[in-house]
Amino acid sequence: MKTAKQLSVFLENKPGHAYNICKTLGDAGINIFTLSLADTNQFGLLRLIVEKPEAAGEILKKAGVIVNITEVLAVKIDNRPGVLAKIYELLSASDINLEYAYAFAMRRIFLLRVSDNEKAFQILSGNGFSLLSHEELFSNENEN
Amino acid sequence: MERSALQALAQKDFMSRDELESIQLKRLKNIVSHAYKNQALFRSRMQEKGLDDTCIKELKDIQKLPFFKKVDLRDTYPFGLLCVPMENIIRLQASSGTTGSPIVIAYTKEDVACWQEATMRALMIAGIGSGDILQNAYGYGLFTGGMGLHYGAEGLGVTVLPISSGNTERQIKLMSDFGVTAISCTPSYFLHIIEKAKQLGYDFKKMKLRHGIFGAEPWTNEMRQRIEQESGIKAWDIYGLTEISGPGVAMDCPARTGLHMFEDLFYPEVIDPETGEALPDGTEGELVITTLNKFGMPMIRYRTRDISVIVKGTCECGRTIRRIKRIDHRNDDMLIIRGVNVFPSQIEAALLTIPGVQPHYHIIVRRHGDLDTLEVQVELSAELFGDTIRSIEVIQKKIGNAIKSIIGLAVTVTPVEP
Repeated sequence: MKTAKQLSVFLENKPGHAYNICKTLGDAGINIFTLSLADTNQFGLLRLIVEKPEAAGEILKKAGVIVNITEVLAVKIDNRPGVLAKIYELLSASDINLEYAYAFAMRRIFLLRVSDNEKAFQILSGNGFSLLSHEELFSNENEN
Repeated sequence: MERSALQALAQKDFMSRDELESIQLKRLKNIVSHAYKNQALFRSRMQEKGLDDTCIKELKDIQKLPFFKKVDLRDTYPFGLLCVPMENIIRLQASSGTTGSPIVIAYTKEDVACWQEATMRALMIAGIGSGDILQNAYGYGLFTGGMGLHYGAEGLGVTVLPISSGNTERQIKLMSDFGVTAISCTPSYFLHIIEKAKQLGYDFKKMKLRHGIFGAEPWTNEMRQRIEQESGIKAWDIYGLTEISGPGVAMDCPARTGLHMFEDLFYPEVIDPETGEALPDGTEGELVITTLNKFGMPMIRYRTRDISVIVKGTCECGRTIRRIKRIDHRNDDMLIIRGVNVFPSQIEAALLTIPGVQPHYHIIVRRHGDLDTLEVQVELSAELFGDTIRSIEVIQKKIGNAIKSIIGLAVTVTPVEP
């Protein structure tokens, strides 16, 4: 099974917080490839894909940020109608819950957090989808 | 009770100081002797000071006696301070304690009667009696507010509506439909009732409500004015605490220059909270109360943590029993939220029941409309939150439930960074 590593960052509900996170990473020379921000009226969650998640995680922890590394699926998708629907259909037919999803649009990669990575990986790769490891996300072969 | 008996009861507030002090001395000797014989903690503290149960010769000898504190109730939880056999106890009430375990108070039949006498006398000062309908919106149950006022009102022949707290719309409907003339609850809850009644289109001027008996939390003169202006009722301040018996330890009078303490039952002193030294009347300090007529769990020199003054001189209402200044602050970290005592240590205790949660928190008290609300900000850790909104909401809910089960109030839990 191949998965990508995501930084999951807890954001307290205060102004400038997401800025501080991005600034900390930028100052450390860490490039953010894509991100997704979820929020409630009490707090937020920032999900980030960076090239070296372990190193970035350590830097954030040292800055007092609450951060976890989460394994997510990175699915290569074609730029045509109905592709996402197909993914959802396959997952739902196998009773796999989708927690959240976002895109790495530049490279046409769809990032998925599901209830069962292993099972979802088997089903999607068995149905012609190509799933990438964290390293493959950043290799030039996947450049579009 | 016969009318003449009730009049005699009310007259106790007017007896001569000589007569009052001779009753106090007799009762003090008696209760000291009773506690000395039947309670190991009191006896050992007396012996440490080289005292025995014959040490009371005059009233001011009370100043020699050791103090009791809330921590003593907790340390001897549940029945370590009991001075009579359990079979003589007919009632247990409890209030929240400082670390999650409650404070239990046990009453004999006579103790319940003593408490009832105090609440009857308190209500009589407000002129409440037979013919009145009292909506008792204090919580019934372990909290002393509900049962305390209930017995007092019933003893006077008042029609009691034991509605307890909550369900504000029903409170207002029944108040209006039944022609309720008096209500008892916390002052902040009554302000909430006023607001709600306005929203629902009720007019207090058209209701029969005339009196409010408000207590169980510190409140200001400004709050009293607001209640009276907006509802047209008379707002009376009643003081009490579970450790001493419950509501009815002291009561407002029409002169509004302090709350009269029923000092033939509850002996007041004010001390310097630092040194423990007794202070003369007219000086501010910590209020200390001795129960003169309670035998199940007598409290001798109980430190209330409430800051007050024993008011000098006689009251223009003619009552000879002394007054204490209205309580508006305390000298510990206890919060009173909607009539419920909340200690920060209880929040801490609740947090410690959840694996992975650190007892690092902020408590924020806000007033929304007229109700106090509690927000607890809790430090989140990486292990707890995972990567989904839902995982954090689960933790919030767990923490909220743990706190609610200890303090009895719903709180807003906000996760924060360390």
